[in-house]
Amino acid sequence: MTSLLRHGRYVLGENPVTGLAFGLFVLLVALAAAGPWLVPYDPLASNTAEALRPPSRAHWFGTDQLGRDLLSRVVVATRLDLTISICAVMIAFAVGSAAGVTGGFYGGWTDRLMGRVLDTIMAFPLFVLAMGIVAALGNTVANIVYATAIINVPFYARLARSEVMVRREAGFIEAARLGGNRGVRILAVHLFPNCLPPMMVQISLNLGWAILNAAGLSFIGLGVRPPTPEWGIMVAEGAAFIVSGEWWIALFPGAALMLAVFCFNLLGDGLRDLIDPRTRT
Amino acid sequence: MSDPPIPLLAVQDLSVEFRTRAGVVRALDRVSFDVERGETVGVVGESGSGKSVTAFALLRILDASARITGGSAVFGGLDLVTATEHDLGLQRGRELSMIFQNPRTALNPIRPVGRQIADVLLRHGNVTRAEVKRRAVELLARVQIPDPERRYAAYPFQLSGGMCQRVMIALALACAPALLIADEPTTGLDVTTQAAVMDLIRDLGEQTSMATLLITHDLALAAEHCDRIVVMHAGHVVEVAPAEALFESPRHPYTAKLVAATPHGAERIEDLAAIPGGLPDLRGNLPPCRYRLRCERHAPMCDGPLPRVEVLPGHLVACWKPL
Amino acid sequence: MSGTGARITLLDVKGLERRFPVGPGWLHAVDDVSLEIRAGECVGLVGESGCGKSTLVRLVTRLLDPTGGRIAFEGRDIGGIPASRFARTPERALIQMVFQDPTDSLNPRFTAFDTIADPIRRLGRSRGAVAVSDRVAELAGMVGLPEALLGRFPHQLSGGQKQRVGIARAIALEPKLLVLDEPTSALDVSVQAVILKLLDDLRRRLGISYLFVSHDLAVVRLVADRVIVMYLGRVVETGPVERVFARPGHPYTRALLASVPMPERRGERRVRLMGEPRSPVDPSPTVCRFYGRCPEGFERCEREMPRLVPVADGHAVACHLHG
Repeated sequence: MTSLLRHGRYVLGENPVTGLAFGLFVLLVALAAAGPWLVPYDPLASNTAEALRPPSRAHWFGTDQLGRDLLSRVVVATRLDLTISICAVMIAFAVGSAAGVTGGFYGGWTDRLMGRVLDTIMAFPLFVLAMGIVAALGNTVANIVYATAIINVPFYARLARSEVMVRREAGFIEAARLGGNRGVRILAVHLFPNCLPPMMVQISLNLGWAILNAAGLSFIGLGVRPPTPEWGIMVAEGAAFIVSGEWWIALFPGAALMLAVFCFNLLGDGLRDLIDPRTRT
Repeated sequence: MSDPPIPLLAVQDLSVEFRTRAGVVRALDRVSFDVERGETVGVVGESGSGKSVTAFALLRILDASARITGGSAVFGGLDLVTATEHDLGLQRGRELSMIFQNPRTALNPIRPVGRQIADVLLRHGNVTRAEVKRRAVELLARVQIPDPERRYAAYPFQLSGGMCQRVMIALALACAPALLIADEPTTGLDVTTQAAVMDLIRDLGEQTSMATLLITHDLALAAEHCDRIVVMHAGHVVEVAPAEALFESPRHPYTAKLVAATPHGAERIEDLAAIPGGLPDLRGNLPPCRYRLRCERHAPMCDGPLPRVEVLPGHLVACWKPL
Repeated sequence: MSGTGARITLLDVKGLERRFPVGPGWLHAVDDVSLEIRAGECVGLVGESGCGKSTLVRLVTRLLDPTGGRIAFEGRDIGGIPASRFARTPERALIQMVFQDPTDSLNPRFTAFDTIADPIRRLGRSRGAVAVSDRVAELAGMVGLPEALLGRFPHQLSGGQKQRVGIARAIALEPKLLVLDEPTSALDVSVQAVILKLLDDLRRRLGISYLFVSHDLAVVRLVADRVIVMYLGRVVETGPVERVFARPGHPYTRALLASVPMPERRGERRVRLMGEPRSPVDPSPTVCRFYGRCPEGFERCEREMPRLVPVADGHAVACHLHG
């Protein structure tokens, strides 16, 4: 374990971008966890007397049309957005990897069946599919998570499948068989861990998409419902006010979104280097 | 009484460094050897000896992190080390040619092999477009590819390893170069294919009095096909000698161990020699003789600068205590 | 080493066949192969790419199921047990393999310790972390791997060190038959010498039988007691290694031996094998597979597949030149 931590420190120190990304990620997680206790105002408290105030010392990010403090809302929304995207990606990763490695390893009908199911999912424009699922099942956070997870499953399945197929015939897999390992054990212990590094990059990119997906659903009204603070709805609400000059209502949540996606994208290489023993010296 | 002929290729004190994250790797250190017209010279060494780096340095196709830090390589009056890209471009493919290990990956996978030969002919060979296909088919026939008309349109993946190597030879020989550099041309090929490819190189070479620089790790192969052999270890040339003399009576301790480790000559496994230690780290401080730490014969005088001793005419050893 | 009379037969293969469906036809990778390996002996297997060596090796180690014929180990039929269930049988531990490519055959995520410990944890007799650890240390000592290297990952080890890890893993379960698939081809010649000596030493100490596959005939001559020559899926010659190499009976064996680089035969023109092998897909059962490429070849070769017939004590050839 300590060698992993030492390796971690090396990876973070070696490339400043990775260090930055991890730092940002830690900040986001901290805000998500402690946000509600740190913010100066109640994110749901409206105060029409203070509505549409530009950024000032009292309200660093200004106020929205109901007089709610934007800074508080943006910070508190971190928890929801992060939760949605992390949960969705974890589900997609788990289900997609399982399907992909099974299909790739066993081949035959298992593979063909899995392939057809994936093809069906991928045949839809993914956002439309997400919209459809949420519209059919209802506007709850859980459904947004499921919808986002479903549309991302094919990426993991494809990646896992091709990684497994490349390594299936490798010498060390044959050696594992000679050593008494069978089917599932070979998959889980010998094959799959070797497929993880490229999947780490996929996960990080996916976290960014998932947030954008949730924000997008909320933007069109199929996601989280007001007054819950969530970056997507906030951008949607703010969009109407840009024309009249109140730019801050859409900008700050949009910037937060951008920062989060940026952070996740940068995280990918770092995560991959952390997991891959070949980067250890 | 005339002067000895000017060698076709005269490599003198060639030194190459690689800049890596972990430090500067001094891959070649004052490498010197000659290649006369029409002769076959083998460069033999194990991995890390610098033999491939030497070949790539001559054609200036080294990695971006490499730098030639000294020396010269005079080829037909032109110093390859200091020549401009333009002058070098005129030589590459025309007077100076190279074939690589792993023939299938050295050819363009999405272009028919005949067209690849045609490309070289058009660029360097003063051949008109109308004529080029015929000349390319002729070349394919010369390298003994059966059914050359049909094979003109074949892609590399449709050909066997041996045939791909023949195509590469055809590409390299298209303009009848004066010097062919062959970097491990038969590694990975079956032994019967290997023999046929080596025969082909020799026959074609004889027809056009082409010289060959054969880079290989296989000492027995070099001993059979080369006139002279250059033995390299850790970026140094340790011995240069006529092939027979080198194999039968090597004078450098490393060469002797290498010959003794080759299964060819041994009668029993016990006879195989093992070379103690491993390659020195080419980044750190290195003693003048890079074999010193592995050598059983080392003496205090070995800490001095590396000599070049001519123990017999044409037989050079870089050793203070040659065998 | 002669005198095989009192030795028991460990591996008995009769009429083994493995074919793969390819398009509308069948590819005969291994066709009617019979061989025997006795306790303590080292049998060499030679042949070029496409001869079926790799398939045969996977059939013998039961990673692949035969489509015909019998495989018996210590008298018990193992060919009938499907590969997927073979891991549960007691024979699994007794037949092991050392691979050619040390990089490909080690799990990049496992340390050397884990790699060697894995078969012990699955099938070995040592139970408990301490016992396993002791056994791994013992094996590392046997193969000359310093204990300090056990915590390293494959990319932190040299080629020779990786191969030692592979050997330690293969002997961990105390096998009786070890199949070595070109164990030294990817190594430098000096490292090869060390590994060959190690393998020879282990065989004599532990009393294991070897099936030693190699394309390098010089190595086979050194390590093997008997040799089997394969061509296009069939056995063409078999016998004591000294005899087969000194007086090869089959024209293919002769061509193979003539292709081996031999420094003492410089400048000699030797018999070369031309052309490409026949297609292994749906080969005719009545035409000799070598007919067409064979420098001999007469009318009978076209209408009758030659069978393996003894020409001397222990030496058999499948060729119409010999009855």
